[in-house]
Amino acid sequence: MNNSAASTSSGSGDVPAPRRNSNRPKYSRFTQQELPACKPILTPRWVITVFTLIGVIFVPIGVAALMASNKVVEIVYRYDAVCIHGNTKDEKVAYIQNANTSKTCIITLTVPKDMDQPIYVYYQLDNFYQNHRRYVKSRNDAQLKDSDKANDTSGCDPEKTTPDGSPILPCGLIAWSLFNDTYSFSIGNQNLTVNKVGISWKSDRDHKFGDNVFPRNFQNGTMKGGASLNESIPLSQQEDLIVWMRTAALPTFRKPYGKIEQNLRVNETITVIIQNYYNTYSFSGKKKLVLSTSSWLGGKNDFTGIAYLTIGGLCFFLATAFTVVYLVKPRKLGDPSYLSWNRNPSGH
Amino acid sequence: MPGGRRRDRLRWSKIYTFARFWPTVGDDEQPSFHGGPSYSRTVHCNQPQLHRKKPFKYSSNYITTTKYNVITFLPKALFEQFRRVANIYFLLAAALSLTPVSPFTPVSMIAPLAFVVGLSMAKEALEDWRRFMQDMKVNMRKVNVHKGEGQFDHKQWQNIRVGDVVKVEKDQFFPADLLLLSSSYEDGICYVETMNLDGETNLKVKRSLEVTLALDDDEAFRDFTATIRCEDPNPNLYTFVGNFDYERQIFALEPNHILLRDSKLRNTNYVYGVVIFAGHDSKVMQNATKSPSKRSRIEKKMDRIIYVLFTLLVLISVISSIGFAIITKNKMPNWWYLQPDQTTSLYDPDRAALSGFLHLVTALILYGYLIPISLYVSIEVVKVLQATFINGDILMYDEDTGNHAQARTSNLNEELGQVDTILSDKTGTLTCNQMDFLKCSIAGVSYGVRSSEVEIAASKHMESEATGDDAGVYGSYEVELDHEIDFKSDNPRKPTIKGFSFEDDRLMHGNWAKEPTADTILLFFRILALCHSAIPEPDEKTGGFTYEAESPDEAAFLVAAREFGFEFCKRTQSSVFIREKYSSSEDLIEREFKILNLLEFNSKRKRMSVIVRDASGKIFLLCKGADSIIFDRLAKNGRMYESETNKHLTEYGEAGLRTLALAYRVLDESEYSDWNAEFLKAKTTIGPDREAQVERISDLMERDLILVGATAVEDKLQKGVPQCIDKLAQAGLKIWVLTGDKIETAINIGFACSLLRQGMKQICLSTINNVVAQDANKAAKESLLMQITNASQMINLEKDPYEAFALIIDGKTLTYVLEDDMKNHFLNLAVNCASVICCRVSPKQKALVTRLVKEGTGKVTLAIGDGANDVGMIQEADIGVGISGVEGMQAVMASDFSISQFRFLERLLVVHGHWCYKRIALMICYFFYKNIAFGLTIFFFEAYTGFSGQSVYDDWYMLLFNVVLTSLPVITLGVFEQDVSSEVCLQFPALYQQGQRNLFFDWYRIIGWMFNGLYTSIAIYFLSIGMLYHQAFRSGGQTADMAVVGTTMFTSIIWTVNVQIALIMNHFTWIQHLFVWGSVATWYLFLVAYGMSSPTISGNAYQILLEALGPAPIFWIATIIVTAACNIPYLTHKAFQRAFNPQDQHVIQEIKYYKKDIEDAHMWKREKSKARQKTKIGFTARVDAKIRQLRERLNKRALSTSQSLEE
Repeated sequence: MNNSAASTSSGSGDVPAPRRNSNRPKYSRFTQQELPACKPILTPRWVITVFTLIGVIFVPIGVAALMASNKVVEIVYRYDAVCIHGNTKDEKVAYIQNANTSKTCIITLTVPKDMDQPIYVYYQLDNFYQNHRRYVKSRNDAQLKDSDKANDTSGCDPEKTTPDGSPILPCGLIAWSLFNDTYSFSIGNQNLTVNKVGISWKSDRDHKFGDNVFPRNFQNGTMKGGASLNESIPLSQQEDLIVWMRTAALPTFRKPYGKIEQNLRVNETITVIIQNYYNTYSFSGKKKLVLSTSSWLGGKNDFTGIAYLTIGGLCFFLATAFTVVYLVKPRKLGDPSYLSWNRNPSGH
Repeated sequence: MPGGRRRDRLRWSKIYTFARFWPTVGDDEQPSFHGGPSYSRTVHCNQPQLHRKKPFKYSSNYITTTKYNVITFLPKALFEQFRRVANIYFLLAAALSLTPVSPFTPVSMIAPLAFVVGLSMAKEALEDWRRFMQDMKVNMRKVNVHKGEGQFDHKQWQNIRVGDVVKVEKDQFFPADLLLLSSSYEDGICYVETMNLDGETNLKVKRSLEVTLALDDDEAFRDFTATIRCEDPNPNLYTFVGNFDYERQIFALEPNHILLRDSKLRNTNYVYGVVIFAGHDSKVMQNATKSPSKRSRIEKKMDRIIYVLFTLLVLISVISSIGFAIITKNKMPNWWYLQPDQTTSLYDPDRAALSGFLHLVTALILYGYLIPISLYVSIEVVKVLQATFINGDILMYDEDTGNHAQARTSNLNEELGQVDTILSDKTGTLTCNQMDFLKCSIAGVSYGVRSSEVEIAASKHMESEATGDDAGVYGSYEVELDHEIDFKSDNPRKPTIKGFSFEDDRLMHGNWAKEPTADTILLFFRILALCHSAIPEPDEKTGGFTYEAESPDEAAFLVAAREFGFEFCKRTQSSVFIREKYSSSEDLIEREFKILNLLEFNSKRKRMSVIVRDASGKIFLLCKGADSIIFDRLAKNGRMYESETNKHLTEYGEAGLRTLALAYRVLDESEYSDWNAEFLKAKTTIGPDREAQVERISDLMERDLILVGATAVEDKLQKGVPQCIDKLAQAGLKIWVLTGDKIETAINIGFACSLLRQGMKQICLSTINNVVAQDANKAAKESLLMQITNASQMINLEKDPYEAFALIIDGKTLTYVLEDDMKNHFLNLAVNCASVICCRVSPKQKALVTRLVKEGTGKVTLAIGDGANDVGMIQEADIGVGISGVEGMQAVMASDFSISQFRFLERLLVVHGHWCYKRIALMICYFFYKNIAFGLTIFFFEAYTGFSGQSVYDDWYMLLFNVVLTSLPVITLGVFEQDVSSEVCLQFPALYQQGQRNLFFDWYRIIGWMFNGLYTSIAIYFLSIGMLYHQAFRSGGQTADMAVVGTTMFTSIIWTVNVQIALIMNHFTWIQHLFVWGSVATWYLFLVAYGMSSPTISGNAYQILLEALGPAPIFWIATIIVTAACNIPYLTHKAFQRAFNPQDQHVIQEIKYYKKDIEDAHMWKREKSKARQKTKIGFTARVDAKIRQLRERLNKRALSTSQSLEE
């Protein structure tokens, strides 16, 4: 026995060490991890209820979405193939790049169903990689917004400056490649006005594109990309540009061209005069003209409805399957015979 | 102090019959060495200046245990950080983010990395600073050093050199390994406490050489010189070989002359010593192993998962760069809107291969979201929080010491849930190292009514069993057990006297004199008071005495004798004085007993005897020793009480007490003098067989003994140790005891904490002491291999499933067994044994055994200890736990967790370990899931952008994804998740095995989660794309641009992963709700705020929620369906698993949920008892064994009665 033990073994009894209560952890339900908690358990009833509930919610949404999609009347016309001369790609490209050839092209569309106004006019490009990193990065938001930053063309490679070094406004590949086909519509002899105001986001017009910022040196370079801009109109009113500057996520995309604020009746024939300037022939991109009404869910797309119906149906199926399985092979909840030591007593 | 001075006069060596006679070794003789370290060190005593230059420049006494210093910190700590592969990757990514290759802005790459690495490094720095301060404290300690001219002065430890003469005073630590020159005692002995070295608290006697005895004051060192030639620094604590060249004579040095650093001088006013090994050369420092940085298994596995993810990352990067190269080469020349002829090498169709290669770098950065950078930080945060819960757990707070549990390194929390083997120190860990005299058997009568802790616990246990379903069956046993041992569990013991818990009015207060066998009882008490080698020390406070004994049981005997009225009060060189008081009314009588001889105790003899002459001139031999030894030596007429005593001894043993048998013999004068003459002759024999001779002669005397009785001493276990061991065993943990103590002590403790029990087969591995044999090593190993093979065979052949084996091995044998060619055999044997006890192991061996178990079994080991001798093992084990008790802090400093009592280990492992394991496992799985789900959507989008490296998400979304939006829910999962409450964890130890079997972090599960992530990414991407195709997405006719698609997808992801984590969680407090749903809300809030910032910052995300997405029904509809679609498979899987393949926690949750445990308490109780692992150790096993035994007896009795009826 060591000293410390022996020295107290004199019969006086051991005096408990003074308590250092300062060290004592504070008790709380939090520190003891005993906070009141809800401990949901996935009981069969819950499982079946959850799946049924999802089904009950999803199927109607799916039906509604499908109905909305069906209600939308959409005219899609691919005109890139018909509005070109030449058979090979090279011929087509040469044709489209020749400034002297006539690009006018007249097509007719038949309205399949009544279309109530507003009827949105879109152009649709295919195989056009607006989402390419080189393309997406090639812009300068500051320049578009602020007239003081007209010279700020950082990030706009390779469309920063004209060959003589003056900054391009709007700079960058996106603006440079602005879509420049134009459409004019008529039914019989009556022109259909296309309202091109308000096709862009209001916030873009108000805050992103300055109303005192005017295009400068645009399309003055050696290569002409797409549309030119009227230098006397501020960017905030150049809605085609504003729309175009919102790069699309996918290589197939539609962009609003304008609105026809007039009802179209079934079987009416619309004549469209297209100025087919935009070169998609180099990369075999399709160009389509789209006239579409819209529903609460937007344009025509059955996918949403089908997806909802599928998932809803699947949940109904799962609910049924679980019900059947629970009926066939029930397990009493909290049945201790399912504890591992009861199931294989030797197998610890 | 007067006592000390009085003792100074006592020539201690004289009372030891076996006092060594130190032969001088002739000049030409060189000691021979069998292996061991080489022998090249020369120490010039008292000439430290000679040790300033080579070749005698040995290491200084400055010690450092830090990992870094000021200069090396930055490079080393950075190196440590970037040993994590993921960090290297992020470093490269951050560097590359400065180049145009990067798809992201530099800030979004560098900031998170700097944060992660900075945080971890700050933590390292703090930890190392603490170690540094600790070292400095030691280095700055002061000691008296000879400065020359006989002057001593204080000097810091760090400035001491080899060769310095130091004067160490009472209760000081030795600053280095010293050669003892002289002490305040005339015969140059001193007492040393080696607690910090081997964990033993009893004092050890060290002696100086006879020749240096004269050097006992400061002046004597004026001209002292000598030379020591000795072994080189080595970690072996129990050996020392060297010689001492003094005054032209050479003397051999033995371990007994050496005072080791970190041991403490006790009961000796001062000693002089000369420094032999300083600083890192000293034996204790040599024993220190480098403190390793430990990482948990889960974390190591996590690294492998990260490798898997890296492979995936490289794979998709390669795919995307090949795709990019092809597209760039073939298609891009046609994409005039990209101006392909004005391009940089990043997008050069003419050099597509180069562009492709550069794109590989871009892709590697882009898809970096597969590797969760915040994983390490989140885990670190979670672990720190888990650690605060461990620290703050009031149920692991010890009121007596005021210490709470402490997670000193937080990176092993989850490892606590996977422990397979516990390696425990004994002294101070399992036991308090306090012996209590509890019972005795005198003249065949057992005295002492108090129950041992083992008995109390067993009775409690059986009571609870009895109230269970089998009450009828157990009830009958209980009666039977009870009449034998009167349990007083309701009457808690309040030991008023340390070392004495005896209670029996038959013996106390002088009542013994009324017993019929009073003579024997008197003799019994006299043996207790006389047969020892202790010295009394007056206690000024009480006027009584305290005893300085070699072992704690000896002290307990003396205290007992004192309490019985036989107070040992004085020892002179030849006599022992005892104040006897026969009854409370009588006066004290001081009697003197002449000590004629003292036959020392050693582990081979297992007994000690004194030969005394009482006042009347009668000569007695009083002997105490192990029962088997004593019983073999009884005279024919001395066996009167043998059978009763034997029965009592068995009972005591079962009750976990350590027993000794006491016997005596009356000698007549002539017989004694004949023997003594021979004995003296043997003692003075010179030569190797002296000890054998002495032993033989002693043996002759210790015969024809008359049995008096037996003592039962309780080696007081720490509070709750047996119960804790029992619970741990039920949780499937194996427990090994590694102790520096004697084999007997260790076995007794084994009994006390139910690691051993009656009826267990003990396998003792031992070596034959055969130093003479040429190839001693080989012979010993062969014999050991034999023993091991035999034992293994025995175990294999054992049919009885209840039969348990215990392996007991001592340190010397371990040295052989731990050699490479043997260790696997040994390990195989050991793992088949229910308990393993290793005795007399050195700190290094503790570490080696730990390593053997760790590496041999591949399972998680936990080492627990309290002394400096446990440091090696604590560091070596996967988890080191230090007991922060009374003794030094070394073990705690080296440990990963510290608790103040062994019993807290149960809660630490079974509750916190279990929780932490599950939390971390779930958390990591979820982390990978969410990052795969997110990262792969980026990849899918790539395929639609010509693999150009454009991300569909805004940079800010990406940055926030890991850092803000999904980090807090996963942290709450990691900190607060509970599958079952702490109460249930303790009630169902079997749940702990889920961690041992690693059910929640096996590859099956991890891969499952990865596939879930893959599925989720596919569902998110294609559903979103399908719904936001080229058509208008609003009634206003607007079409979706990249910002709209990206934001919708991202919103879906945020919902999906947060709903997913809600599905994972079993336990929702307001905190979980707040963080999970708060994260979703944060996302919308962020979106609003971001949308309101200047469009030069937010770009196309400007006003996106309020203007574009908020009013669009499809945005909400898309979010709902994606969230549902992504979580349905998991929900189905979970529901299915739960319904048809429920895990234990599922069933228990249900029982709790439906309050079945209250309604059907019977079932609940039954399941609780069934949930225990079938163990062969612990109380339960002991009780079970007892019950089996009783049942057999009952059967037999029933059989015999039926037979007798038939007759």
